[in-house]
Amino acid sequence: MLVDALRDDFVFGSKGVQFMPYTKYLMEKGFAHNFIAEAKPPTVTMPRIKALMTGSIPGFIDVVMNFNSPVLLEDNLIGQAKAAGKRVIFYGDDTWIKLFPKHFVEYDGTTSFFVPDFKEVDDNVTRHLDTVLKREDWDILILHYLGLDHIGHLTGPHSSLIGPKLKEMDYILKKIHISLLSKEKEASLPHLLVLCGDHGMSEAGGHGASSVEEVSTPLLLISSAFHRKMGNLQPPKHVQQTDLAATLAVGLGLPIPKNSVGSILYPVVEKRTMREQLRFLHLNSVQLSRLLQENVPMYEKDPGFQQFKVSEKLHGNWIKLYLEGNNSEVLLNLGKKVLKQYLDALKTLSMSLSKQVAQYDMYSMMVGAIIVLEITILLLLSTPKALCQNAAFEIPLSSSSFSLLFYLMVLILSAVHVIICTSAERTCFLCSISWLMAVGVMMLISALLCVIVALLTKTFENVRPSAQNLAASSSGWSELDLLILFGTLGHVLSLGASSFIEEEHQTWYFLINTLCLALGHEVFRNHFLGKDLDHNLAVEQNIKKNAKNVLQYKNDYVDVPETSKIYKASSSMELLPKVYEKWLQLASPWFILICCRLLRTLNQTGVQWAHRLDFGHWLTSSDHKIELSVLTCLSLIMIFVLVQRRCSSVSKVAMALGLLGVFCYRAAIGNVLLPWQRDRKSISKGIIEARFVYVFVLGILFTGIKDLLKSQIIFADVSIKSLGLWDIYNGLVLLAALLLRPHNLPVLVFSLLIQAVMTKFIWKPLKHDAAQVTIMHYWFGQAFFYFQGNSNNIATLDISAGFVGLESFIEVPALFLTVFATYIGPILWAIHLLSFLSSENNRSSAISHASFCYALICSIPVSAYIILVTSLRYHLFIWSVFSPKLLYEGVHLFITATICVFFIVMDQTNLIKP
Amino acid sequence: MGERLQGSTMKDADIKRLFYVHIFCIVSIILTTFIPSFFLEDFSVLETHLTWLCICSMCVAIINVVLYLQVKPNPSSKRSSIFHKISRLLKSCVYFFISCLLFHAIIVLYGAPLIELMLETFLFAVILSTFTTLPCLCLLGPNIKAWLRVFTRNGATSIWDNSLQITTMSSVIGAWLGAFPIPLDWERPWQVWPISCTLGATFGYMAGLLISPVWIYRNRKQLTYKSR
Repeated sequence: MLVDALRDDFVFGSKGVQFMPYTKYLMEKGFAHNFIAEAKPPTVTMPRIKALMTGSIPGFIDVVMNFNSPVLLEDNLIGQAKAAGKRVIFYGDDTWIKLFPKHFVEYDGTTSFFVPDFKEVDDNVTRHLDTVLKREDWDILILHYLGLDHIGHLTGPHSSLIGPKLKEMDYILKKIHISLLSKEKEASLPHLLVLCGDHGMSEAGGHGASSVEEVSTPLLLISSAFHRKMGNLQPPKHVQQTDLAATLAVGLGLPIPKNSVGSILYPVVEKRTMREQLRFLHLNSVQLSRLLQENVPMYEKDPGFQQFKVSEKLHGNWIKLYLEGNNSEVLLNLGKKVLKQYLDALKTLSMSLSKQVAQYDMYSMMVGAIIVLEITILLLLSTPKALCQNAAFEIPLSSSSFSLLFYLMVLILSAVHVIICTSAERTCFLCSISWLMAVGVMMLISALLCVIVALLTKTFENVRPSAQNLAASSSGWSELDLLILFGTLGHVLSLGASSFIEEEHQTWYFLINTLCLALGHEVFRNHFLGKDLDHNLAVEQNIKKNAKNVLQYKNDYVDVPETSKIYKASSSMELLPKVYEKWLQLASPWFILICCRLLRTLNQTGVQWAHRLDFGHWLTSSDHKIELSVLTCLSLIMIFVLVQRRCSSVSKVAMALGLLGVFCYRAAIGNVLLPWQRDRKSISKGIIEARFVYVFVLGILFTGIKDLLKSQIIFADVSIKSLGLWDIYNGLVLLAALLLRPHNLPVLVFSLLIQAVMTKFIWKPLKHDAAQVTIMHYWFGQAFFYFQGNSNNIATLDISAGFVGLESFIEVPALFLTVFATYIGPILWAIHLLSFLSSENNRSSAISHASFCYALICSIPVSAYIILVTSLRYHLFIWSVFSPKLLYEGVHLFITATICVFFIVMDQTNLIKP
Repeated sequence: MGERLQGSTMKDADIKRLFYVHIFCIVSIILTTFIPSFFLEDFSVLETHLTWLCICSMCVAIINVVLYLQVKPNPSSKRSSIFHKISRLLKSCVYFFISCLLFHAIIVLYGAPLIELMLETFLFAVILSTFTTLPCLCLLGPNIKAWLRVFTRNGATSIWDNSLQITTMSSVIGAWLGAFPIPLDWERPWQVWPISCTLGATFGYMAGLLISPVWIYRNRKQLTYKSR
């Protein structure tokens, strides 16, 4: 019987005397063993249930386990009981049912989310009690009462509601105990009744942290088998909560759960014969020492292990004596000695196991963090130079003045390396690689440091003349620049909170929404005020001051006369469409906003709101296959319409066939229905269809690459190059259409649509510079990463993409396809950026600006995150939240690096040309 | 010289008036948090949030209308007919309603649920319009041109315009920042939609009310307004 948030003083303190008379009576009569069980933080119900049932400390062993699965896969008591054929009945908090979905022969869950209710939840448990207690068809009954916890949350531990609730619990305990006693007359084995709390209650009434009130819970084992001396009520002993699992396992005759770190509660078995006692202790210590062997590399040196070995030997001696029939004092004394030895060994083993938290290879982590940090600083330092007109910045690699520093650094670092590696007790990644590599790493670190120092001195030398420039340029920052700056900063800061990482999609949606509104504002201003200003200029030409004013405040984004000239040039022939275009342009940010809102409903990701139904689930359910088929068909047509504008004629045909192939593939694997095969259900793996699409993808990509090579070798004009880039982009779009989940095709459509709208109505007319366009692309890419249904949780990873068109698992293509399918959003937007910039031929250094910005904007969050994670490595959620995010960031960084290399290659082809 | 002196003293008087008006607004908002608890049973800002929202927006609206009509810097020059006045009033109401709808739409685009919690979202939009659109309507009238002029750089023609800019911006930014705590898992009562946003907007508005006289006072030398 588990009472949620039962604090130790509710039973053992004055409240217990007042409100729990029967429990008190049992303790005084000596029917009960009472302990104070210490719960380990986090003092939240689910980890505590795990601790009670597995005996492990979640967070320690959980690392190895699949931490995303709600089902408890670890070796646990309930599973063992089920395997042993015991029938388990459960009533109470439905967390148990989530943890053990198939283990109970009978259960009734109550939900714990509706806190104001503290009567119904318990009545729902108690109502089964009468019938169940009469029945004989169960071995284990688990009750979990939530009412006390709810009262605690509502009114705190000193409220007047606590007393009646404790009385209720006492009454239930009495009922169970009396019924068990009456049954016992017939049964051969005595019953055991356990009263425990999962966690305590803080003085405010909550729980979750590690204050004394929250971690101390009572643990009562009540059985007629216990005969303690009446009357002398000692203060309860302090034990660990994890000890219960081992004790119960021994008591029920089940194997002790594998990962249990608890030691058996010795007083419980005190009254058994010496042989049994020793046997139990031996079982427990063998299990613990195995666990120690698995988790600690140098377990032989552990004092607990040594004690265990000694006691095992003594135990052997004792058994030899016992079997010889020796019943003398010697045997008893030896037995006592073995017992003491065992108990000591158990204590030490248990201690050293619970102390064992995940160990970190700090040295390698620091080295990695330093390299990342240095590169980010380098990028940041070279920003002003890289973004100036000629887009060239030199890295003073070979400056001789710093060579001394460089050599000194290498020497010092190597010395440090040698010292650390020779003195380290644990395994260390950097020490295990070859020394040549290690020296290379050291040289890299010191070289980067020298470059940074050189750059810093250079900037300080030129600081005076450039200060005025800086001041001038900072005043010319538009709202958009400010938004981009603060958005990036805010995102980086938000990475420090685990909830913001879980809900990172919200951050990005929020940012792109704000970006769209800012763009809308800019478009609006450009149109209405631009017109007004033109008018003003015409009317008050003589007031030059005014005009100058006007121009001054508009100088940050557009040069008024120039735009109007371009407009006249572009649309002088067709005046009517210009009006339309104006309204379209004004509506475009709102259109994008609506698209984003629609996409949001498609995939509900994250943690807090993940249970909400989304459109994607509705579509993928088998009842709505027709809708999904129609949607897929429409999306594919839309993709073709949007893509074909920029295709060469050959790739247009290939694209159409490829998209047809995508539909056939989806029909073959049973996602969608073809109109003529309503009933026939032949589901294959769609390998032929998928390979058919792959052929076209490769064909389009090949055409693109051919164009690129042509433009590089024959020095043809830029249009061929941009055509090639668009072809590559289209090939990737086709691949994405094949790999995306069936309901996610609209994401691709909207992505193409938004890109088209932005290009036509926002980037081109408003003349954003390359850096702004790059950052907008990056933001949208990130947002589309989450629109696809991804999150920072490994569970949302779509591994099935890696098997498209493959007979069996082949590592390299499967890995490539999975990574591409996961990062479709960022990749497509980045390639679009490249194609867009290269087709804008009036921008000279746009691509190099873009690649620099892209590298910078990606590396800032990553380097901040690496430092954050290193400092938060003992955080509670490090394994469940922070490390999956680190994995995602790492892969993203890798992709970014690839994209930047591609950018630079494209830019180089420009430079080769005279 | 004398003219300029007179101008500056006039400006100082204006700033003083502005300051008093703003202080009055702030005090009234603070009063709305606990005065109603004398009349309504179990009233609190967090638990009966919608009631508070209604009361607060009503109160701010009334005070804004009354005060700005009283201390309006240059009352409409010509005595206009009653018909004209009524049409202006109606137009203002329509504008206010449109701005509520617009804010509602933007909030939904930001990710607020479309169907459930509609009332909450709409009241949030109402209070946001009360903080932003209503002062504009009171000071500038239902005149889109004037609004556009005020909300551009260097478009302000009086300190009232400047204070409008500042309070509007700060309440919108407050509401924007107010959305940040929502994803955190602290499970506090004020994280429920839309409490953090409305509180953010309110604090932003109050901050804007406080900041604008101070900012105008500190920059009074630089602020030169050309006549229309």
